[in-house]
Formats: sequence, structure tokens, C-alpha cells
Amino acid sequence: MSERKRAPRRLPSRRGGDSRRGSKPAERSEALARRKTQRAAAAAPPLGGGGRRGPKPAARQRGLGAKDTWRGGKHSWLSRWVVLACGVALWQLWAGHRHSAFFPPPSTIWSAMHQKWFNGPAGHLFLNSNATGNILPSLGRIGLGLAIVVAIGVPLGIAIGRSRVLMDYLDPLLQFFRSIPVVTAAPVFIALFKIGTQMEVATIVAGTIWPLLLNTIDGARSVDPVQVETARAFRYTAWVRLRWLIFPSTLPSIFTGLRLALSLSLILMVFSELVGSSNGIGYEMDQANSAFNLPDLWSALVLLGILGYLMNAILYLAERYVLAWHRASHG
Amino acid sequence: MLDVTELSRAYGQGPAAHLAIADVTFSVERGELLTIVGPSGCGKSTLLRCIGGLLAPTSGGVVLNGAPVTRVPDRLAVVLQDYSRSLYPWLSVADNVALPLRRTVKGRTARRAAAVAALETVGLADAARRHPWQLSGGMQQRVAIARALACDPVLLLMDEPFGSVDAQTREDLEDLVLAVRAERGITILLVTHDIDESVYVGDRVVVLTGGPGRIRAILRVSLPAPRDQIATRELPEFVHLRAEVSRLVRSGSQAQAQLAGD
Repeated sequence: MSERKRAPRRLPSRRGGDSRRGSKPAERSEALARRKTQRAAAAAPPLGGGGRRGPKPAARQRGLGAKDTWRGGKHSWLSRWVVLACGVALWQLWAGHRHSAFFPPPSTIWSAMHQKWFNGPAGHLFLNSNATGNILPSLGRIGLGLAIVVAIGVPLGIAIGRSRVLMDYLDPLLQFFRSIPVVTAAPVFIALFKIGTQMEVATIVAGTIWPLLLNTIDGARSVDPVQVETARAFRYTAWVRLRWLIFPSTLPSIFTGLRLALSLSLILMVFSELVGSSNGIGYEMDQANSAFNLPDLWSALVLLGILGYLMNAILYLAERYVLAWHRASHG
Repeated sequence: MLDVTELSRAYGQGPAAHLAIADVTFSVERGELLTIVGPSGCGKSTLLRCIGGLLAPTSGGVVLNGAPVTRVPDRLAVVLQDYSRSLYPWLSVADNVALPLRRTVKGRTARRAAAVAALETVGLADAARRHPWQLSGGMQQRVAIARALACDPVLLLMDEPFGSVDAQTREDLEDLVLAVRAERGITILLVTHDIDESVYVGDRVVVLTGGPGRIRAILRVSLPAPRDQIATRELPEFVHLRAEVSRLVRSGSQAQAQLAGD
């Protein structure tokens, strides 16, 4: 369980000085000047280096209600979209000239999307019957799959993480099963379950349980020993320990696992629908592929991108709300 | 009320075992404030954990109010040195204080009221709704003290409680402990590595020597009752006692160094 699956976090880079080593003699004076700034930086208290230990004044001042742009960063939410807009514009220009059948221009893709899904009434968010008949089942499968994964993964992960015996016995098993690429297990699922929602949900569950389970185990194992000793010293009951110590302490890791599981679930949803389904986004893609309808194929890809982005954004906002204490106390 | 008899605790087993404390015997009277002082690594914390039932002794025993301590006894509370980690960051200050009361006090509002009352005692009633990480180190330690007091303990164990706060805050917290003791008559065991502190707050001072921790001496502190950070510290008695404790701690660690040299 040594391998920690962590999504990359945006941390302010503390060390700017790694490249400063090994400077040539010719650059000595410059290096000297640099060293001075380095020393000044060393005199300042380290940022965020304290981990869980010390209280951090900056974090204290920031408080719960701090406003931040989406995912932090220096640049505003709007200006970061400019790059995407420029990319789309360039693609439009390029594809408009080439008339390539494989790379239709964004305008063609957009009109395909519009015709296929978004020409419904405004009261239905412009979704037409084809959209509700295909996008909703796909999202439903992801939702059901992730719900099952959370219902199994979180309790099991906490149990394994907090129990030495379970850990010792189950670790080899977990390592074995998680190494099996779930995609290759698809024939087994087709044999086990009927083709359709059952098999698709099973595929999503079998694939996404691992990041959630392993992260939960990891989080439950690394509950701060001082916090555990406090629970012992004040004789907290088993329920209080679980609900008010172990679960909240594991929650950041659960969210990390969930974020990985979410992006994986989108892939597995499409894959399972490609293999065998009578509706869904993957099914639509399969249809478009058979008909050699490339604008439709592209429009499905764009739709998947939008869905993935929105799902991530929702999870991010939920995490921000639930883990406000974690952001503030750990910086 | 508390009797510690020939208490020893070893870590590890067989020839590799490391003896942390050996043959520690002393007793504490009701309402007394006993300080335990010694060089770092002399087993002070181990001793406190054995008394609190958090750690089983290798031999010897602890008797609290006539009953041997085998697990954490009722109406015992602790304040650890690492206040920032002993408070739960996901709970508000009041919820942190109220959490130990779930076992004894029925009803959310009753627990809440008890928590706020305890926070008032330490002068932090205004901070009830805030979170631990929004408070300074000294304030966090006050919350930890409030949490201990909310349990209405008969015995309070404090493990280097003021080890990581600044000097001014440390003095305030020392006076807070003395005030609480005077008001409620709680029996307190306070472990510290600060010789001045051990004399200033203590009724008696237990001096431990290191490797393994043994009792070097037990000194009675007969300084006048309402102690004052400035006046008390300039009394000849205080100066004399602190020199005495200092000498004992120092000679203990020198003897230990000599032993290691041989």
C-alpha cells in the first residue's frame, strides 16, 4: 500500500534555488549575489513546511469564507478560457481550409451537437428526446456505479485501514486484483451479467473501486496518533471515534480517491457502452462510427469533455465546502 | 488519593529492552499540584501515560482512590503538549470541548452549555464558534485546558502543557492553572522540563534523573499561596529552591553521562 495515488496539488513552489547549484566559475559574482537572496529566503519562516504541526498565521487569517478563483491560480477564470477560445478559432480556420473528413471544423461539430441533442425546448434545458434517452442513462450508470463504489469502498477502506489483521490478510489480495486491467475483464462481466445496465455498472464499479478503496485505506491508516491518543485519554466511545475522528480525518483521502474514480468512471462508462448497450453516449458513438459519421463522433467526444469537466467542477465545489477546515488548516 | 508504587516501564523485550522509568514511588494528596521535572528523555511522559492508564507499566502499579489503574480511569483528564494536534480541526472550538461529554452528558444543548461554561473559565467564551486553526497557540492550549475542565476531572494530567508557547503566554497559562486549581480543588500532575515553572506552580517538585528515569528527590515548595509571576520569583525561597532543583537535575544528568562514559 506504499503507492499513494494522489492527484497533483497546486502548491506554491517553495524552492526556487535548485538550479542554482553547480554554477561555473565565470558566473561566480552572479552566483554570490544570488546566494545572498537565497540566505534572505532561508531566514524567512518556511511556507507550509510545518505540515500538521504548527498553527499557521496565514491560514488563520484566511478563514473559512475566503474567496478564491476557481482552482486558485493567479489568473482570472475568464482569461484562462481565452486560450481555449483561440484554439477553437485556429482549428476552425485550419479545418475550414483543409476540408478534411476526419477533422471537421468546430462549427460543423457544433451543429451536429445541436441537431443531435440540444434542439429541445428551453424548459428541458434545450435537451431533446435523443439527449434524455442517451445522456441521462449514461450519467445514471456513472451515478449508480459511484454510489455503489462509495457504499462499499469507504466502510471497507476504513475497516482495513484501521485494522492491522485485515490489512495483513487483505493487502496481497487487493494488490492482485487492482493490477488486473478492468477493461480486459469485460468478457467476464458480459458472461456474468446480462448485457445492459447491469454489466455496465459492474464494469464501472470494478474499475473505480480501487482508487477510492486504496486512498481510503491510506487515509484511515494515517490518522494523527496524537488525535488517536486524545480519543483514548478522553475515553471516546467507538462510535464517536469513528464518526468524529476517523471519518473526518479520512475524508481528504476519500475525496482524492473520488476524484480519480470520477474521471475513470467516465472512461469505463463509454467503454462498457461501446461493448454492449442499446443506449447511452458510448452507444451513440458506436452508431456514428458504423455510419462513418465523423461530425457525430466528434460531437460525442466534445460532449464527454463537457460532462467530465462539469462533474469535476461539481465534485470540486463539494470538496471545497466539506473540507473547508482542511484547506484552511493545512494551507 | 494517588499512589504510584515501584513503577517501571520498559520498551521492547529481551536484551534489547530499553528501560524508560524504574522503581518510581510517590503519592499525591487530594488537591495537590505536583510537578515532575527532569532532563529531556528521562521518561517523564512515560510516567504520566502510565498514571493515566494510557500505557501499561512493566511492573509496579498505580492506585487511584483505592482502585488500581488498568485503563483510563473515569474523571481523569489530560492536556498534551501538542495542543495543535490534539484538537480536531474539523470541529469548532465548542464542539471540541463538548466531544468528551458525549459519554456522560445527555442532550446536545446541555453539552453545549457545559462547553461554553468551560470556555468561559479559560476566558475564551467568544471563540466558541471558531475553529482551532483560527486561534493562536496559547489560545489553542486554553481550549485544550477547557476541554479537560469540562469533564469535571478529579485528576488532571498535563504533559509539558506550555512547552511550545511564548514566555508571556506561558506565564498567563501558569496562572490560569493555579487559579483553576484554587477554585475547583483539582489534583494536578504537571510534567515540565522548565525548572522555574516546576517551582512556581508546584506544591511539591519531583525531580527525575534520566536513563532510566528514577526519582532523585522530592522537594516541598512552601511559597506563599497566591503566587505572583514577579513577586514570587524574587523571593529568596524561590531562588533557593530553583537552584536546588537545578543542581539536582544537573547532577543527575552528569552521573548519567559518566555512566555512559564508563
